[in-house]
Amino acid sequence: MLDESIRAAGHVESWPEQHSGVELLRFITCGSVDDGKSTLIGRLLYESRMLFEDQIARLESDSRRSGSQGDELDYALLVDGLAAEREQGITIDVAYRFFATAHRKYIVADTPGHEQYTRNMVTGASTADLAIILIDARKGVLMQTRRHSYLVSLLGIRRIVLAINKMDLVGYSEQTYRAIEQAYSEFAAQIALTDIVAIPVSALRGDNIIEPSTAMPWYRGPTLMSHLESVPVEARRTGQPFRMPVQWVNRAGPDVRGYAGLIVGGSVRVGDAICVLPSGHSSRVARIVTPRGDQPQAVAGQSVTLSLEDQIDISRGDLLAAADAPATVAEKFEATIVWMSSEPMLIGRPYLLKSGARTVTAQIVRLEHKINVSTLEWHPATQLELNEIGLAALHLDQPVAFDPYTDNRDTGGFILIDRLSNNTVGAGMLHAAVQIGANLQWQTLDVNRERRALLKQQRPCVLWLTGLSGAGKSSIANLVERKLVGMGRHTYLLDGDNVRHGLNGDLGFEEADRHENVRRVLEVARLMVDAGLIVLVCLISPYRAERQRARALLAPGEFIEIFVDTSVAEAEKRDPKGLYRKARAGELRHFTGIDSPYEAPENPEIHIETARTTAEQAAGQIIAHLRRTGMIDRIPEF
Amino acid sequence: MSHLSQLERLEAESIHILREVVAECERPVLLYSIGKDSSVLLHLALKAFHPAHLPFPLLHVDTTWKFREMIAFRDQTVRRLGIELIVHTNTDGLAMGINPFEHGATLYTDVLKTQALRQALERYRFDAAFGGARRDEEKSRAKERVVSLRSAEQRWDPKRQRPELWRLYNTRMSLGESLRVFPLSNWTELDIWQYIQREDIPIVPLYFARTRPVVERDGALIMVDDARLPLRPGEQPQMRKVRFRTLGCYPLTGAVQSDAETLPAIIEEMRATRTSERLGRMIDQDGLGSMESKKREGYF
Repeated sequence: MLDESIRAAGHVESWPEQHSGVELLRFITCGSVDDGKSTLIGRLLYESRMLFEDQIARLESDSRRSGSQGDELDYALLVDGLAAEREQGITIDVAYRFFATAHRKYIVADTPGHEQYTRNMVTGASTADLAIILIDARKGVLMQTRRHSYLVSLLGIRRIVLAINKMDLVGYSEQTYRAIEQAYSEFAAQIALTDIVAIPVSALRGDNIIEPSTAMPWYRGPTLMSHLESVPVEARRTGQPFRMPVQWVNRAGPDVRGYAGLIVGGSVRVGDAICVLPSGHSSRVARIVTPRGDQPQAVAGQSVTLSLEDQIDISRGDLLAAADAPATVAEKFEATIVWMSSEPMLIGRPYLLKSGARTVTAQIVRLEHKINVSTLEWHPATQLELNEIGLAALHLDQPVAFDPYTDNRDTGGFILIDRLSNNTVGAGMLHAAVQIGANLQWQTLDVNRERRALLKQQRPCVLWLTGLSGAGKSSIANLVERKLVGMGRHTYLLDGDNVRHGLNGDLGFEEADRHENVRRVLEVARLMVDAGLIVLVCLISPYRAERQRARALLAPGEFIEIFVDTSVAEAEKRDPKGLYRKARAGELRHFTGIDSPYEAPENPEIHIETARTTAEQAAGQIIAHLRRTGMIDRIPEF
Repeated sequence: MSHLSQLERLEAESIHILREVVAECERPVLLYSIGKDSSVLLHLALKAFHPAHLPFPLLHVDTTWKFREMIAFRDQTVRRLGIELIVHTNTDGLAMGINPFEHGATLYTDVLKTQALRQALERYRFDAAFGGARRDEEKSRAKERVVSLRSAEQRWDPKRQRPELWRLYNTRMSLGESLRVFPLSNWTELDIWQYIQREDIPIVPLYFARTRPVVERDGALIMVDDARLPLRPGEQPQMRKVRFRTLGCYPLTGAVQSDAETLPAIIEEMRATRTSERLGRMIDQDGLGSMESKKREGYF
């Protein structure tokens, strides 16, 4: 029986010994019941003695009455807390669980892995420092794993524990563990998750949960618990610039005017220069008031009351910020929005937006695209439905102070509230102001490449596909262009064959003409980059020197060399245009690979080996590269 | 001081919640049940608004069956701090003669606690009521929001609860609706005790072990707090050294045998305990999801 196996395992030292020196770690568990999530949580609660005997007795009676595990304890019943859920066999939303050890107190956001997963996971992840992603060792990395990981990344969680569970059912195989770890790491890198600790476990049997597993001597990393006990907690926040949204103005008497709020970034000392946003007034901190007397400083995470040296007009909703590192003030934003209501998000409809302590009216003026959370592909969209995620432009009725969400969750995150129902209908993460800041004199700027690119909301570049005739350059480039256009990007495809009908119709295949052919295409590509486009070039371009020249003529990072690598034998076998046959027959001269050399790139940005990559996979590889290097999913900042 | 302790973080979070609701709601009130969680909540509220006075009154729903020491502690606390207290009793229920012995815990709780609370909230038009409930107490509470919406009929609809992200609480409501707000949502029973010790917060002496007259009834130790407790045949009050982990109406609150006379001893005792505190609450025991159904009816 499950509970016996849990009872048999050793207990972690339960209650904290020291009464105030205990740290708090908040984490989220992602995975479905099938992955053993409930068993894992049940075990952590039990081992830390947070599950009491009467709760276990009740769980036993509930398990018999409505459990789905036969005679065994059904830990899902601990999670599915509401009668409404049990009756309908569904899980409504996030439950919070607590356990503690001698070193730390843990708050676990437990979210269902299936229905409504986006809304619930986003809610649970919004306050978590770390995510445990559960994988069934028998199944490996699934679509669901990708979804969960994407959402975790979107909400700014950077620390991942990959709990590869049910190792007992794969014979504690090291190969299985390694294969899953590698497959996951490759995927995770695409969505900017790099801090991953993969732990092979069996939640049911207790392997590597608290004690190192004797069944897996090949694993020398930490157990799940020892990792949770030692992973650094929120160290980042205190190093950030000072931020405190003013929640409430304390007017205790004629002499006292205190600004009450929770510090969401950095620290503050008496005497520090601060500014008030959005007004821009500045002052210095005079006192940090507490019921036990004044204190000299305060740090992120504390609720404080500050008074300032100068009498300035400050009210609820203002942001106090470090004078030397103020937040951005703007009223037009680009933000990722997660929609949480069964009523779709409508463009043009006013919603209330709450960020920090400020509530303003916001309008979605444009939806750039929505994101397929399973494939990470972008699709054009005109509205967002429940659980959909999109990139949108918002206009507020008054300016607010903010930081990009990736810098600060509190000053970069917001909720949207429906003005009629008063329900919370969406959550958002601010990226950047789309209006050129008030401190920049935009009217004096010339129309230049930056402004054209800004208009298109993208970073222009040249994707230069080089390789033998018949290697598949055009097929791949076509797929890439289709995907980019699907994401609302502005592109142009310059195909070597096509330009020879017009622009280069006067050129032959002699060496000089081939150089001129490449030169003209390069110049056209440069003009198009200047116009703000993502340009795809399909050109055999056999000479290394020519490609190096192209790279030198474009700005750093703008030339992306893609080597479509096929052997001559393979290309000749395919011969889609019958050119190799003609070259072999002597009908074509100076044919690359036959009687003219091809100089393979030495360090291409992307290397596609067509022998083991389909055109679709190759296109995905290119899109992933663009995403990873910030060419397409980041808003240009100028 | 780069790392705050768990108590410092919990304290900051609770204060943030208290301030947010006071800033956004018109008539908040603190539901004061006199227990340890209420004592912590009151302490946090005083801290949140210091040096200003508490910007809301306390409301005690008095069933008239509370321990005498609780009432004495309540009145003393109010005098000491100079705060406003509203005491409300469902006098109609009392006139009907409803009591915990003849009518059972369920009906009694409904009339003298749930109905009484609804009467008081309606009479004084409170739009937000702070309560000391914690998510670790009971599993229907584990999914409770920090800011929880109640319909005009004071009912809780688990399906209509709003997603709660980051530190952003949606306090907006339509006419007649109200909020229940739980600033201690993320505290555990142990956090409460450690914080009481750290901050030196006064609590009702019933939490400390002392020799008290009790009868053993349905597996629980019931204290004979006054002459109103009808003794069943064969029941003889005995003097036992007991204390209470949770406090409510004395006929419905079970004591535990204990020698813990001090806070460190209580905390030490908790390290060894294998039962949850709600085991001492008789009203939670009847039926699957009974707390949930009470919440739906408007019980806190």
